[in-house]
Amino acid sequence: MIDLIQLAAPVLLKGLWVTAALTFVSVLIGFNLGLGLALMRLSSNRLLSGFAKYYSNVFRGTPLLVQIFLFYYGLGQLSLIKDNAALWWVISDGARCAVLALALNTAAYTSEILRGGLMSVPVGLVEAAQACGMSRMLRFRRIEFPLAIRQALPAYGNELILVVKGTSLASTITVLEITGYAKRLMSQTFAIFEIFAIAGVLYLVINLLLIAIVRVLERFLMRHETSSRRKSVALTQVDLP
Amino acid sequence: MEFGLWQVWEAGWVTAILRGASITILVGLVSMAAGLVIGIVCGLIKWARIFPLSLLVDAYTSLVRGVPELLIIYLLFFSSVEFVTKVVTAFGYAGVAESGYAFVIAVIAIGAISGAYSTEVVRGGLGAIPDGHIEAARALGLSGWRIFSRIIAPQMLRIAVPGINNVWQTTIKDTALVSVVGLQELMRVSFIGANSTRHPFIFYLIAAVVYLLITLVSQAGFDGIERLLRLRTRKAV
Repeated sequence: MIDLIQLAAPVLLKGLWVTAALTFVSVLIGFNLGLGLALMRLSSNRLLSGFAKYYSNVFRGTPLLVQIFLFYYGLGQLSLIKDNAALWWVISDGARCAVLALALNTAAYTSEILRGGLMSVPVGLVEAAQACGMSRMLRFRRIEFPLAIRQALPAYGNELILVVKGTSLASTITVLEITGYAKRLMSQTFAIFEIFAIAGVLYLVINLLLIAIVRVLERFLMRHETSSRRKSVALTQVDLP
Repeated sequence: MEFGLWQVWEAGWVTAILRGASITILVGLVSMAAGLVIGIVCGLIKWARIFPLSLLVDAYTSLVRGVPELLIIYLLFFSSVEFVTKVVTAFGYAGVAESGYAFVIAVIAIGAISGAYSTEVVRGGLGAIPDGHIEAARALGLSGWRIFSRIIAPQMLRIAVPGINNVWQTTIKDTALVSVVGLQELMRVSFIGANSTRHPFIFYLIAAVVYLLITLVSQAGFDGIERLLRLRTRKAV
C-alpha cells in the first residue's frame, strides 16, 4: 500500500498540474467568450442574438466528448484548416485542441449564466446611469457588469467545477492529465480502488480550492453589505450606554 | 471531400447509427429510471436527516458530483472486468456476455451519476413543500405512506420537473462516455465508422446532430409536461 502510494502519487501529481493548466486556460478563454456571447444574446440585433442563441443550444445540446472528437479528429481532415498554419497549430496538439473544445463548451454555459445575471440588473439603475450621461462602455463597466457578476457568481462556481470534470475528457485524445495517468496506472498495477481514491482526492482538492476562491470573491464583492451592517451594529452599540 | 452523406447512406452506416442511437436512448432511459429511484430514496434520507444514512448519502453525492464521470466509469469497469469475465467463462457464456456486460456497467455508472444529481433535485423539491401541509396531513391521521403518496410526492414531482429535465439532459450526454468501455452506442458507432472509413469529420458531425436532436426533442417534451402541470394546478386552485 505504501509502495503503491509512493509509485502513484508523484505520477498523479504530475497530472494535477496538467489538469489545473487545462482548467485555467479554458476558463480564461471561455469566460471572455461567454461574456461576449451573453452581450450578443441581449443585443437588439436579430442576427447577433440569433447566432448566440444557436451557439449556446448546439454546444449545450451535444456531449463534450463529441465536440472534442470532432475538433481533434474531424477538423484535421478539412483542407481549410490543414492549410492555415495558426488553426493547424491549435488542432494538431491534443492539449491545445482540448482547451479549444473546453473553452467553446464552457463559453456556451457561461453565456447563459451571465445572461441571467445581466437580465437581473434593475432597469432603473441603467436608466439612472444613462441620465448621468455615462457612455455605454462606462455604464457596462461600472453598473451592469458588477451587478450581474454578483448575481451570477454562485452558478458560475458550479460551472467551474464542471470544467474541471470536463478536462478529464482530454485523456481520450492523448493528453495525460489526472484521469489519463489514473487509467494507465489502473491497467498497470491493478490497484483500481487505491488509484481511484488518490485521483479522486486530487479532484476534490481542486474543487474545494475553486469553491473557496469563489466564496472569497463573493465576500469581496458583497463587502458593502457586511460593512454597512457592521457599521450599523457599531452605531447601536455606541448609542446604547 | 469525395466522401459525403450519400456514401454514408450507401455503405449502410445509417442503420448502424440508428441502432447506436437507440442504444444511447435505452441506456439513458434505464439509467435515468435507476437514478430517479436512487434520487428519491437518497433525497428523502437527506431531507429527513436520518442520521447515519444521511452521512453516507452526503459522501455519495459530493464524491460523484466532484469526481469526473470518466474516472467513475474507469473505476467500475476495471474493478469488475476481471471478476465478471471469470464468472462468465465459468458458466460458458464468454461470447454472449460481452455486449450485455458493457450495457450493465454503463447503466450502473450512469445511473449512479444521475442518481447523485437527482438526489439534490429531489431534496430541493422536498424542501420547498411547506411544513404545514405535512403537519395538516398528520393531524388528519393519514398514515406515513399516504402522506408520502398523496401530499409529498405530487408536490415534490411538480417542483422537481425542471431539475429532472436538467438531469436527463446531462444523463443522455454522459452516455457518450461509456463508449470508452466498448458499448456500441451512438458515440462508439461513430468512432468505428470514423476509423474504418477514415472520414472522422462527417461521422462525428452526424453524431453531434443526432445528440442534438435527442436533446431538442426531450426539451420540447419537458416543456410540454411543465405546461400541462401548470394548467392542472391552475384548475385545482
